[in-house]
Amino acid sequence: MAIFVDERTTVLVQGLTGGQGRYHGLRNRAYGTKVVAGVTPGKAGQDVEGIPVYDSVADAVAATGATASFVAVPPKAAPAAILEAARAGVRFVVCITEGIPAQDEARTYATLQRDFPGTRLLGPNCPGVISPGKCNIGITAGEIALPPSAEGPNVGIVSRSGTLTYQALYELKQQGIGVSTCVGIGGDPVPGTSFVDCLAEFQADPETHAIMMIGEIGGSAEEEAAEFIAANVTKPMSAYIAGVTAPPGKKMGHAGAIVSGGKGTAQGKMDALRGAGVRVGLNPTEAGALMAEIVAGLRR
Amino acid sequence: MDLFEYQGKQYFARYGIPVSAGDVATTVDDAVAIAERIGYPVVVKAQVQVGGRGKAGGIKLASDADEARVHAGSILGMDIKGHVVRRVWVERASDIAEEYYASFTLDRAAKRHLLMLSAQGGVDIEEVAAKDPGAIVRLHVNPIEGLSEAAARAAAAEARIPERAQAGVASILVQLYECFTAGDCDLAEINPLILKPTGEVHALDAKVSLDANASFRHPEWDEFAATVELDDRERLAREKNLQYIGLDGTVGIIANGAGLAMSTLDVVNQVGGSAANFLDIGGGANAEVMAGALEVINSDQKVRSILINIFGGITRGEEVAKGIVEAVSRVSLRAPIVIRLDGTNADEGRRILAEAGIPESVLTSKPTMLEAARAAVAIAGR
Repeated sequence: MAIFVDERTTVLVQGLTGGQGRYHGLRNRAYGTKVVAGVTPGKAGQDVEGIPVYDSVADAVAATGATASFVAVPPKAAPAAILEAARAGVRFVVCITEGIPAQDEARTYATLQRDFPGTRLLGPNCPGVISPGKCNIGITAGEIALPPSAEGPNVGIVSRSGTLTYQALYELKQQGIGVSTCVGIGGDPVPGTSFVDCLAEFQADPETHAIMMIGEIGGSAEEEAAEFIAANVTKPMSAYIAGVTAPPGKKMGHAGAIVSGGKGTAQGKMDALRGAGVRVGLNPTEAGALMAEIVAGLRR
Repeated sequence: MDLFEYQGKQYFARYGIPVSAGDVATTVDDAVAIAERIGYPVVVKAQVQVGGRGKAGGIKLASDADEARVHAGSILGMDIKGHVVRRVWVERASDIAEEYYASFTLDRAAKRHLLMLSAQGGVDIEEVAAKDPGAIVRLHVNPIEGLSEAAARAAAAEARIPERAQAGVASILVQLYECFTAGDCDLAEINPLILKPTGEVHALDAKVSLDANASFRHPEWDEFAATVELDDRERLAREKNLQYIGLDGTVGIIANGAGLAMSTLDVVNQVGGSAANFLDIGGGANAEVMAGALEVINSDQKVRSILINIFGGITRGEEVAKGIVEAVSRVSLRAPIVIRLDGTNADEGRRILAEAGIPESVLTSKPTMLEAARAAVAIAGR
């Protein structure tokens, strides 16, 4: 088991012939991911190191039966690419594209909700998802993740920040802790997949025994997660929230992390998570150490 | 990108939202000429991106040319909470019967557009929200359905806006929604939205924040970008295409990824230091980018130590190391570097740094984020 992707997942890459798509698509394949097709309009019949390229997602799905799509196209083209995948019946779409206008994201999400409720979008502007040892879609360096062990305990990771996701994988590997799945949901204003979606999946996944969550300032996704955890999650959790010292009212990079009024502060988020029984670390290393304690407790 | 009031009003006008006749001036003579052209009484308003300018004396009424000259003279160059007034907006004074509040933003939790509307405008809306939350009507709008005139009218009625103003308010709401969506705003806010004694409804102020990701389809934004106020460090960072925010501390920060950069600020703070900046060199940064980042940090007089925190995903350790070696040879750094390098090709990166023969007074390497932060803060405190 694992969540969202596993050894049976077959992947098509939208934008495989572009710089990003080629680089990460081939890296994903080298990791062991079943990358079966690429899509670039007008380039049907070509191949990228043996991966066949098709004109449309529908053609690629018809020819290969791909079950997931990896969207690596520029911001102007990404919303249409996501909807094309959904229209072709792809149920899981990962979009790493950074810089999509918020209005386009909102419309894309609303369109998926209305017309393609069976399709899950991860991202945009996210590092992707990795089920170590099985499948890696996106930009995560696979070697920093330790595959889960059959006997457990294994940890599921969900994070809003790219580099902090790698940091978390690394901390757990240092401690010899396996990871069932690591999901980077991205920090954009309208993420297709939320903390709550991932927590529900991890709670239901028999291979996941504990959950680590990494949030950041801005928005209210962490507060919503805390409410969900209190009511629905029985697996032990640790967490870290970045941005305790972020200056109020400043927008920090692409994170979409805006602090407004008293809402969305790191302190408020940490308090909410602690209230839901989550052990909260003050830096990523501390959150990793807390998870190591949790895992040691489960091993006993 | 936050707009000045005058830019916000010009932006509103593009979408048909009624605003007062007026123009912007950078000199006293120009301000008086505008006042003469539009007719008295006029209001002279300081153009700064900070609240409380009225209380600071940055908004004045003038009933003739002499008064306009005196007020423009006192307001231009005025310092309002650290913001120097470089422009004034001169507009025809409006008679006000009532003041309302209207705004559109994206509600991230609901993943829908959010209209907020209140009959209690002209004051701090956060105070209204805290004291009398019922006085603010909140209406979610589905981005693919949009806002109909009928829904806008119903919201106006629900907000207890008087009947004679409802049609005017509803019409402005529809225009403001168009401005918010087609105009790619993160925020479009009118406070106050006024009712004149003659019955017209009209935007007396404009707060507009634009989504920088959409700039590719808005060539008209170029003139707004030209007036963005940056300090010297921020201007240099912008030239080098770096995500930089100037702060007031003494430890210069370079990290890859917004999350890791924020986390680095947190850890520096935890061990008793203070960050001089937020700087995210992004994913896939190469030697050139790292060298540029060090130049920006080096331009900050307050920096006493430099903390580089890199976790390689797409960013490769050896590229980071090459950038540091190059920067150290190119510029004379004002402060020692402490680096924590981990992730993709980190071993190779550490080897390059070790073999470059950089003295320890210039660069030290630490294995963890926490130890690196401690070392950088210790140096800054010396």
